[in-house]
Amino acid sequence: MFEGIMTGLATAFTFTNIMMVIGGCLIGTFIGMLPGLGPMSIIAIMIPVAITIGDPSTALILLAGVYYGAVFGGSTSSILINAPGVASTVATSFDGYPLARSGQAGKALTVAAISSFAGGSIGAILLMIFAPMLASVALLFHSSEYFALMVVGLSAIAAFAGTGQVAKALLMTFLGLIMATVGEGVLFNMPRFTMGIMDLQSGFGFITLAMAMFALPEAIYLVLDPGRSKTGDGEDGGKITNLRINRQEAKSIAPVIGRQSLQGFFIGVLPGAGATIASFLGYAVERNIAPKEEQKQFGKGAIKGIAAPESANNAACTGSFVPLLTLGIPGSGTTAILLGALIALNVSPGPRLMVDEPQIFWAVIISMYLGNLVLLILNLPLIPYIAKVLAVPRNFLIPFILFFTLMGAYIGQNNATELLLLVGFGICATILRFADYPLAPLLIGFILGPLLENNFSRAMQLYDGMGFIWSRPMTLGLLIFAVILVVLPSYRARRARARAEGVADGD
Amino acid sequence: MALDRWIAFVILLVCVAYGYAAYFTMDGVLPPIMQRSPIWPSSFPKVLAVGAILFSLAIVLGLEKSPEKKDAADINLSRLGDYNVGQALMLLGLMVAYALLLRPLGFLSATFLFLFLGSFILGERRFVLMAVIAGIAAGCVWYLVDAVLGIFLSPLPGFMNGG
Repeated sequence: MFEGIMTGLATAFTFTNIMMVIGGCLIGTFIGMLPGLGPMSIIAIMIPVAITIGDPSTALILLAGVYYGAVFGGSTSSILINAPGVASTVATSFDGYPLARSGQAGKALTVAAISSFAGGSIGAILLMIFAPMLASVALLFHSSEYFALMVVGLSAIAAFAGTGQVAKALLMTFLGLIMATVGEGVLFNMPRFTMGIMDLQSGFGFITLAMAMFALPEAIYLVLDPGRSKTGDGEDGGKITNLRINRQEAKSIAPVIGRQSLQGFFIGVLPGAGATIASFLGYAVERNIAPKEEQKQFGKGAIKGIAAPESANNAACTGSFVPLLTLGIPGSGTTAILLGALIALNVSPGPRLMVDEPQIFWAVIISMYLGNLVLLILNLPLIPYIAKVLAVPRNFLIPFILFFTLMGAYIGQNNATELLLLVGFGICATILRFADYPLAPLLIGFILGPLLENNFSRAMQLYDGMGFIWSRPMTLGLLIFAVILVVLPSYRARRARARAEGVADGD
Repeated sequence: MALDRWIAFVILLVCVAYGYAAYFTMDGVLPPIMQRSPIWPSSFPKVLAVGAILFSLAIVLGLEKSPEKKDAADINLSRLGDYNVGQALMLLGLMVAYALLLRPLGFLSATFLFLFLGSFILGERRFVLMAVIAGIAAGCVWYLVDAVLGIFLSPLPGFMNGG
């Protein structure tokens, strides 16, 4: 591990890479504050930039910096104007916003920044410990196990979609997988489902799809309902003056940060759980275990209520890199987009990554420390200035969000047809959102589709048919686990409903 | 029938067409050498079609009960008339126009018009400010993408670029 850290340090500590971390964090913070552009959209916009850079380590360092910056930017808008840019920072607004309203916005931002820094750094240490362990186990896997693991990942994402949503999430996953089969894949060297349209030969662009699934529906929602956007209405959180916290406060949040960093990391490792669940769970746990008099403060501006979700969501972001870097399986929409970026950069993430290209793996981890440090010492003092972006009127902001969405899709492919596809898919995605269909599983399915089919095909060829399922106990075990993951939530919901109906009858 | 079930019904129809293509149209054109392989280009799509049809049917038939939605942050479809549907449709139309005119008009003019008209549709009427912002943004983005990143974006209309 020591050798790896040295490799990472040597790669990350070049002038270009440090600039990438700083630039990435600043861009991420800046755009992450805006409504409608969450980390997924920002990373998708930055992918053509990363591909132009060419060097995978530098590109990934930039994207990781953008990711961290975006999460931090989301927390800032949660605290200052009660408008979380991303779902994972909603819990931060519960206490962050009341604290800002009471004139202590600076303190709230500092607590958020310190907690994010600690969460991200502890997460990075845990990643350094667990990722090589998992990768060494994963080296023993065959294509059939990979296939089964991806099925488990996709099922877990559906299972975490929530009560009554599992079938919808699974349908979206299948739709994503179906969309991935359109075009000429590397596997068979023949076009499939292109309906004779030349532009579909190379399949759908994943950046176009990412923009259409996330950025465009959010922008349309902002247009439909002006009340969603609290930017540009003159409220920019007031003056951000005192950024200091006292020793007593630091002492009270330290154990919260420690606990939630650990919990957040392990939740982040699970596919489908991610930063949002980690932040809500972190908040709930800390509220429940707090002393009675402190419990009453939660929701009214308790600093523990900011420290818990912030350390948890940052640790979870880092945790989500474990399955991505060691197994090549993304557990969230954001890591799915990062996987797409890695594939575009000719890097195949998986257990071999650490063996074949250790400099990429370790440089990313080292850049996580750097990114957290940059957020704490550079972005925090700059926040009063960056926050001015929140005062931009929506009449100007929304055309820019739409324009960046278009640019993200266009400069990746340099093809105007992509823009028409973007608008078409964007309308479909908005309608799907109206009906409460989760969209992340569709994108994850789409990005994992070719890998899933590839491993499925190799396993089929190796065992001359479906025999691989029962010939390899681990594959069978994983597939059974995937079925349990899908069936269990609906079984429990059914039982809970039956019990509730029984009670009603008894009354 | 609720919107989610209608959507599932439409997806079901798409999946049936996809499944039909996978089961009945792809294997016939397969070269004999590939027919000996245990995996065909249609194998994976066949599995996907079955799965997608089953799950869309589960939603159409309402086998999984959704909980009552109480998310205030989401759009309430029963009050669709209260929202700015017209503005949203016009902006989507503007995006389509941008896609169609990007090549003929060139990046600078198309982007300027997009940003200017976008603000106009949203109700902005400070024309000088709108023009200044749209002009500066179009110029800056073009410079960043073309000169700094090295991704070619044709700045001028097609006839002025020599085609």
